[in-house]
Formats: sequence, C-alpha cells, structure tokens
Amino acid sequence: MQKDNDILLLKGNEAIAHAAIRYGYDGFFGYPITPQSEILETLALLKPWETTGMVVLQSESEVASINMIYAGGGSGKCVLTSSSSVGVSLMQEVIPYMAICEVPGLIVSVQRGGPGLGTIQPSQSDYRQATCGGGNGDYRTIVLAPCSVQESCDMVGLAKELMMKWRTPVIILSDGSIGQMMEKCILPPYTPRRTDEEIRRQCPWATNGLGLKDRKPNVMTSLELDQALMEKRNRELQKKYARIQQEEVRAEHYHTEDAETLIVAFGSAARISMGAIDNLRQQGHKVGLLRPVTLWPFPEKEILELASRMKRIVVVELNEGQMLRDVQWASQFRCPIEFIGHSGGVIITPDEISRKISEMGKL
Amino acid sequence: MKEEIIISGFGGQGVLSMGKILAYAGIIEGKEVTWMPSYGPEQRGGTANVTVILSDERITSPVLNTYDTAIVLNQPSLDRFMPLVKPGGTLIYDPASILTPPMRKDINVYSIEAMAEAARMKNGKVFNMLLLGGLIKVRPIVSVEDVVEGLHRTLPERHHHLIPMNEEAIRHGMEIIREENRA
Amino acid sequence: MDEKTIKSPQNIVYQKPRLMNDTPMHYCPGCGHSIVHKLVAEILDEMGIEEKTIGVCPVGCAVFAYRYLDIDWIEAAHGRAPACASALKRLWPEHLVFTYQGDGDLACIGTGETIQTLNRGENITVIFINNAIYGMTGGQMAPTTLMGMKTSTCPYGRQADLHGFPLKISDIAATLEGTCYVTRQAVNTVGNIARAKKAIRQAFENSLQGRGSSLVEIVSTCSAGWKMTPVQSNQWLTENMLPYYPLGDLKNIKD
Repeated sequence: MQKDNDILLLKGNEAIAHAAIRYGYDGFFGYPITPQSEILETLALLKPWETTGMVVLQSESEVASINMIYAGGGSGKCVLTSSSSVGVSLMQEVIPYMAICEVPGLIVSVQRGGPGLGTIQPSQSDYRQATCGGGNGDYRTIVLAPCSVQESCDMVGLAKELMMKWRTPVIILSDGSIGQMMEKCILPPYTPRRTDEEIRRQCPWATNGLGLKDRKPNVMTSLELDQALMEKRNRELQKKYARIQQEEVRAEHYHTEDAETLIVAFGSAARISMGAIDNLRQQGHKVGLLRPVTLWPFPEKEILELASRMKRIVVVELNEGQMLRDVQWASQFRCPIEFIGHSGGVIITPDEISRKISEMGKL
Repeated sequence: MKEEIIISGFGGQGVLSMGKILAYAGIIEGKEVTWMPSYGPEQRGGTANVTVILSDERITSPVLNTYDTAIVLNQPSLDRFMPLVKPGGTLIYDPASILTPPMRKDINVYSIEAMAEAARMKNGKVFNMLLLGGLIKVRPIVSVEDVVEGLHRTLPERHHHLIPMNEEAIRHGMEIIREENRA
Repeated sequence: MDEKTIKSPQNIVYQKPRLMNDTPMHYCPGCGHSIVHKLVAEILDEMGIEEKTIGVCPVGCAVFAYRYLDIDWIEAAHGRAPACASALKRLWPEHLVFTYQGDGDLACIGTGETIQTLNRGENITVIFINNAIYGMTGGQMAPTTLMGMKTSTCPYGRQADLHGFPLKISDIAATLEGTCYVTRQAVNTVGNIARAKKAIRQAFENSLQGRGSSLVEIVSTCSAGWKMTPVQSNQWLTENMLPYYPLGDLKNIKD
C-alpha cells in the first residue's frame, strides 16, 4: 500500500497522525488547539475509517477527549488523543482514572508557552505536569520525549507497545517546534488493527462484553469505599512502576565518551544543544549530551554514573528549570550543576548555549 | 554537504511552500532535511520566514544563529537577516520591495526581479518558483529535475497540470538572477 | 403441595432477572434506582445481548450500578458518561452502549457532554434519573430542583434570583437533530413501570439499529433527600414533579 509515499516530508504533528493509522490504532479523539491541530486535521484528511477502520472524532473538549480515551482503552481498544498545554491541563481530570484502572491510552502533548493560555510558541514547561502525574493521587505515566519528526512517528509505535504491555497511559511530550517543523519521515508499514477475537484474548480485563457468558463481568472503576483496599491497589501500582523503572529507561548519548561538561536536555532543547556541542567541540571544548528519551522513567543511573566523571553538568530546557530538579537528585550533586533556559515560548539558540558554557570557565 | 537557508518575506508570498519544495527535492536526493517555520496566529500579510536545512549528515539544531544563504523578500527581512549570513555566504533579494540594497562586501549578493517578472507573465503564483530557480542556479544544492519531482509529490493530483508552468518558471528564474557582488 | 412442586418452572410467575445478582443494593427504601436497574436487567435478559453490551456508570447514587448488574461496566468521571459512551459506540459499532446518569451528573456538570453527544446523534441510550436532588452527597440542590423546594444548599427553598430555574434538559434534547427518541417516564406506579420498561426497550433497539441518540428521562423519588417516607415521596412526585416534568414522549422518530 502506498509504497512510493513511505518516505514523506512531514510536520511532527502530521507524522503522528500517519503513524497512528499505520501502527493500527483503533481511534483518535481530539479537540483543536494550536500548535497541535494538524494531528486531527491530517487524520480527517486521510479518512482512515475508510481504510483501516480507525475511528476519528473531533470531541467537544479536551475533557471529553480524555474520557473517550479512558473508555476506549478500557474496552481494550488502542486509542489516542492529542492536545497542547492548557488543553492537557483539562485532561488531568481523567488521567488518574486511567492510571489506577490500568487503562492503556496515548496522550500526545504538544507543549506551548505557559502558564495559562500563554503563547502558541514552543515550550517545555509541562515537564512536571507530564512526569509527576498532573492529576490527583499516587500515579505516574510513561513519558516519551521525541526530538525529531522521525522520532515523533516512531514513538507512536513504541507508545502502543508500552501502553499495552504495562496497561498504563503513555504521554508523548512533544512541543510546538517539533510539531510544526518538517523533516524527512520514513513511515512504518501498516500493522492491521486487532480483531475482536484478538482483543478478547489479549485483554481479558477489558469492558467490552466479549465472552461474558464464560467469565465474570469486567468493571473499570477507580472508586473504593474501603481505604485499605484502595491502599492495596496503590501498592500494586507502585510495584508496577518499580518494574517500569527497571525495564523501560531510554536515553541517547551524544559525544559523552570524552566529555568533561555534560549537557542534559530533552526534545527540542536537546536538538539545539547538539548544535551548540558541534560548535563548542570545534572550539576545543569537550562537551557531550545525555538526552533522556523517557522522561519517566528517568535515566537516574546513567546521570549518576556520568555525574561521577564530569566536571560540570549543564541542564538546558525551554522552561525555568523543571527537569533540573530531577538531574540534581539523580546526580547526587557529584559535580556542579548549572541551568540554561528560556520560557514562555522563547526558543534558545545554539550560540546562546555555546556562549554561556564558554563563559562558565574552566573547572 | 550541509546548506542552512533562511527564506523570509510576507505571508502569502509562498515563502513556506518554496521551502517545502526545496526540502522535498532534498529528500529525493537522499539528504536529511529540516523545515522550520516561524509560526504565529494565522494571518495573511504578516511576516513569515522558514529555515531550511539540507545535509548529508544527521541535522542537529533546527534553530540557527547564522545562515549559508538568505532569501529576503522585503526590507525588514533584509535588515534582519543580512547580518546573519556567514562570511562568504549568499544573499538573494528581490529589488521590487527593497529600498536599501545590501551593502555587505564579504558575501555573495544576487538580485532577482521575480515580482516584476511574475507580473509580466501575468501570473503572481510563479513568483516563488522564479526565486527557487534563481536559488538553485547560484547554489546548486538540488537539481531542477528533483525540484520538479518534489512538485509532483507535494502538489495534489488535481494541480499536476500546473507543474510544466512551474518548471518553466524555475528555469526562467535561473536565467534572470543577477550577480551584484562577489565576496 | 410440597415446596419443590411449588417451585417448579411451570409455576413461576415472576423471577429476578438473570443478569441481576444477589448483591444487596445500597439504595434507600422507596428509591427509583432499584426499579430502573431491574428494568434494564430484564430488557437485556430478554434481548439476550449481554455479550455485546457496555454500560457506563455515573457519579451519583448510581455510581455502584456495576455491583448489581452482571454486565461489563465502565465508571465515568462525574458528568462524562456520554463522552465515554460516544467513544465506546464508535469503537464497538455493533454493541449496545448506554449510560445511566442522575440529574447532577447529566444536567449540571455534564451538560456539555450530554448536549454534544446527543447532538452528534451518537447511537447510544441515555437513561436519566431525575429526582431533583443530589442524593449521594446528602441532599444538595440539583439543576432540576423545583422552585421553592428545600435542599441543604437552598435551605429556604429554591429562588430564581439566587439559584436560577429548574432545567428541563429533555425538552432541550428533543430540539436536537441528533436525537431520535426523547421520552419522560416515571416508576411511581405499576402502570408507569411497565411504560418505562417499554421506553427503555425502544431506546435500546434504536441504539442497536443506529437511529440516533435516545434519552429516557425517569422522574424519580429520593425519599431520603426529600426527607419523606417512600409513600409520601411517591405522592409528592405526583403532585409536584409531574406537573413541571410531564410524562410522555417529547420526540419519537420511528425510522
């Protein structure tokens, strides 16, 4: 199918839409908001309901979107939604329901400047919202941070694997620049959507009625009247999180082998930092980058190991210093830690990073 | 090979789509490409610019401080981006909307009367194709053939009958670009 | 006659629906919920479609509906059941998907979801229990609380200048292009129970046949919230609720 078009020039947002169809997602539910509307627009244009049978629905609000994901995922379907900062804030109502009911689902968060309505320019100021669990209760979500269009596409596939494996909501934390920029994107082959029979076999917990005559009814609920039972459910969840932390940490190294200064940055800030590293290395500075690919689970061990042999760590973010705390914690302050950042939609440039690192002087 | 380009002008001039066609041609030639627009609330006539990077290697930062080539289509764009052209780099401008011509002597400067030529051709839509032709004449980063192939892949089928006209404009642009200064 | 003979199948004149389990209900004596639960169970039994049925529970007194009916349920956040149902029906187009909601859930916090879902004509059934009060949280004012009616948050009676007016959401629903069936029923008498059952059955059939959205409002009692005996509350319903919320079909498009 569409062999010639498997390599396309796509925006990050468009790549996510193509990927959702090709990875065999069953449904997308979303509400327009800049800078992520291309996801819904592209899906509407591609009409996957006529080909793979994937459902696409423009919901009445982000609150409705997340409920649609909750119910769809709860019934064993593979579903996603997308939004941007203020819209993702509205979704915090039901992400905790998904976490405690162990409902798989993908939330694509294409960040813009905040707080509040903020700007429509790129930002990374929802790091904490995504990684700490923005809603109520003791929960976490797996958070994947793409830094390119290709990775935006690939992570839709990875998210499907992870959310089904761990029965948990997964967030792809993109931003306005990755969503809006175009790059070469190699699209994956089509994976067929699962049949009802496959869903029945793979998701015996799902609330879809399938095979009800031979089993107990399935119920998705976060409500418990007995606090001891609730705590038990929480403890089970924590055990699962501990396993995710063991097994699912992902990070990319860029020139860390001989580095004396380590930049830690994710997503678009990591891309820009790579540009700065290229400049700095030409000037003889031994600078490398650790790019957390999963923001939760966070690459704590790698940071500790690197912190032990670095002269300095510089955290670069498009916010006022959110991942900074996690880096400080993980590094156990084994070396000095500096921060370079911008917020509100202001983008940092490679020159600014290079200059500031040069100015930090020798250690 | 790595070419970092900024194209800047008014919204509606085809700045973004010109960058897109260029990037597509890059893909056809097996290059890595990045197309990074400035974006704001949807507005016609506002300023628009796009950074296009073509490279044989993985592209690191999509955000740039300096450029190999700048194509500027109005005075504010010239004022903003001329200083950011790397020494020995290239600046292309259309005199129709420029009051103060570029004065830098350490860069290659070209003019192309694309707006006037498009008016003569009674077809405003070929404006950006004339520019694109001019660009690939002086910076042969992609071939005309691949640009045309890029058009085939970016344009919806129903617009494919316009491709010969666009190809002609690209070739015409290659002829009308003029050297103003050599670094 | 011995007990065994009495209990033989040919002598059965009434039995608990198969899909209703033995869990003791938490509903107060005189509450309409238990009756409507039973009707839903009976209809699903009769239609034999429990393997392709998904129920969506609300937040409110019916939050535990999933404890009593042996079908698959998903518990929605407060007011969001119609959004859940929209997704479920689109993802499972052959299934019967219904929501079961109270007045606070459907007509207050979830008004947006309710109106949008019905207006999209989602092929689902909304069962709406209107007892003019927040029962589960202890008797606060609801969007459907009658003028002058006393609750814990309008202890001197509902007044227009302080609280606005009781919302006739079914009347609004009937104006929407997406709805095929909007009806108002009650379960205060044996006759009304039979009519309510017929209405729910029709709504379920509409949903399965893809005719559009169906809304079955059931004007109900809350003896605890109204601070009355079950008998008094049935009488109060007849005298006060039904004049403002008259029974009958508001819309019924058959094809």
